[in-house]
Amino acid sequence: MKRTLRALVFFLLAVVAWELACRARLWSPVLVPSPGSVARYLWSALLDGTLLGAIGVTMKRLLLGYLFGIALGLPLGLLTARFKVLNDTLGLLALGLQTLPSVCWVPLALLWFGQTEGAMFFVVVMGTLWSVIIATDNGVRNVPPIYARAARTMGSGELHTWLHVMLPASLPFVVSGMKQGWAFAWRSLMAAEIYVTILSGFGLGHLLHYGRELNAMDQVIAIMLVIIAIGLLADKVLFSPWERYLHRRWGTERN
Amino acid sequence: MTITAELQNETPSKLSVRRVSKRFRSKVGETHALDNVSLEVGEGEFVCLVGPSGCGKSTLLNIVAGLEQADAGAVLTDGQPITGPGRDRMVMFQEPALFPWLDVLDNVLFGLKLKPGLKPKERLEVADFYLRLVGLEKFRHAYIHELSGGMKQRVELARALAPNPRVLLMDEPFAALDALTREQLYGDLQRIWAQRRKTIVFVTHNVREAACLGDRVVLFSPHPGRICEQFAINLPRPRDINSVDLAQHATEIMRALKQHVGAGGGEVAE
Repeated sequence: MKRTLRALVFFLLAVVAWELACRARLWSPVLVPSPGSVARYLWSALLDGTLLGAIGVTMKRLLLGYLFGIALGLPLGLLTARFKVLNDTLGLLALGLQTLPSVCWVPLALLWFGQTEGAMFFVVVMGTLWSVIIATDNGVRNVPPIYARAARTMGSGELHTWLHVMLPASLPFVVSGMKQGWAFAWRSLMAAEIYVTILSGFGLGHLLHYGRELNAMDQVIAIMLVIIAIGLLADKVLFSPWERYLHRRWGTERN
Repeated sequence: MTITAELQNETPSKLSVRRVSKRFRSKVGETHALDNVSLEVGEGEFVCLVGPSGCGKSTLLNIVAGLEQADAGAVLTDGQPITGPGRDRMVMFQEPALFPWLDVLDNVLFGLKLKPGLKPKERLEVADFYLRLVGLEKFRHAYIHELSGGMKQRVELARALAPNPRVLLMDEPFAALDALTREQLYGDLQRIWAQRRKTIVFVTHNVREAACLGDRVVLFSPHPGRICEQFAINLPRPRDINSVDLAQHATEIMRALKQHVGAGGGEVAE
């Protein structure tokens, strides 16, 4: 409760400072709109449905690509950890591609898929997949070998050991990999939406892009705030409970 | 299978180690961990393997467990050669091998779930039986990290006993514990062994611990790993680690050890 209050006060002060700076005419209102005008834009976009529609389109793209990326990356990560051949090949490829900022996939995606949902999906998957593979692989490698040995003496076969020992034992790493994958996917999707217009749905990135084209800085900043809010919310709702649970179980919590 | 049948003690196995050799190759060179080692362990016997680090005692335990393979020779349980791990031989490790993602009860259930012929309700009963045996029935839903070192080893013991093995292999299970906790566990282990008679092979580098627990103490010397001497400990049970009779046996073993290994026996505690 105290921490929530602290955060609330901090953000409130930030908005007040912003408002005061605008009132003092430090910058032209065209460049830096006041909190009031940003709020007015948000309210009208909320009322006419543009905002919720855009959030819906973006989240659908994100979740689709993200879930697919995890569904593919998790088993591939287990396989690269299990088989040396795959580690030397696919593992290396994943490591290389993970260093590539996922926005770099956008030109290729456009060429391959055109201005379609497929291009968006591809970019999001590329953002997610590699970091999930690497985190899973890394997680498995960090499992103390004694766990697998103990399981074997209790009659656990190869597949059983992977499903019931290696996978749960590597969960702390896997979850942080999923979190990183989420961040990458989110970034790449925003970049792709700003970059590419797709007629089958206007996402948040498009709203941002049109804001710039119309020189409507209140729209640009409003959408940026929405993007930040969604990122924060995802972290708090999707990942924090998981991480707290794992820390409790493993006894690794700090406070 | 009924629950009473499951909880009935399996007859302990006879172990025969026949001319087992094992070498390890590493960057540093080759270690001759076991050289032509033979050992007979009777049904229900408690045998302690003692020796300095590198004498191959843990390697032998791993071979009996089926976790490693001998380069030459064979290990038989009741006349059957060992080819891999099996539920008839359970292992208790020195390192923490409990699964942190499971609570105490689920850790004990892990091996039971892999044992065919038991209904879920029966498994629970069996697990509870062994948790009571080690005195941890109140902690069935505790997380592993919430337990003390001694409690963790008790859970390990319960987990190893739960599938009702015929042989129990213990690899320095108490080495990381403080002296007081260890003393308690000596008492518990002797009580449990009297109650659930198993053939036990117990690896340790603590001579007094070996004299306290074993019917027989087998002394290993390193480079190459060989059995150099054996001692029968004919003291009444339960034994107290601090008793004078026991100290005499320990001193005798210690003397032999120093003689066989020379000054290199420094890692062995009396």
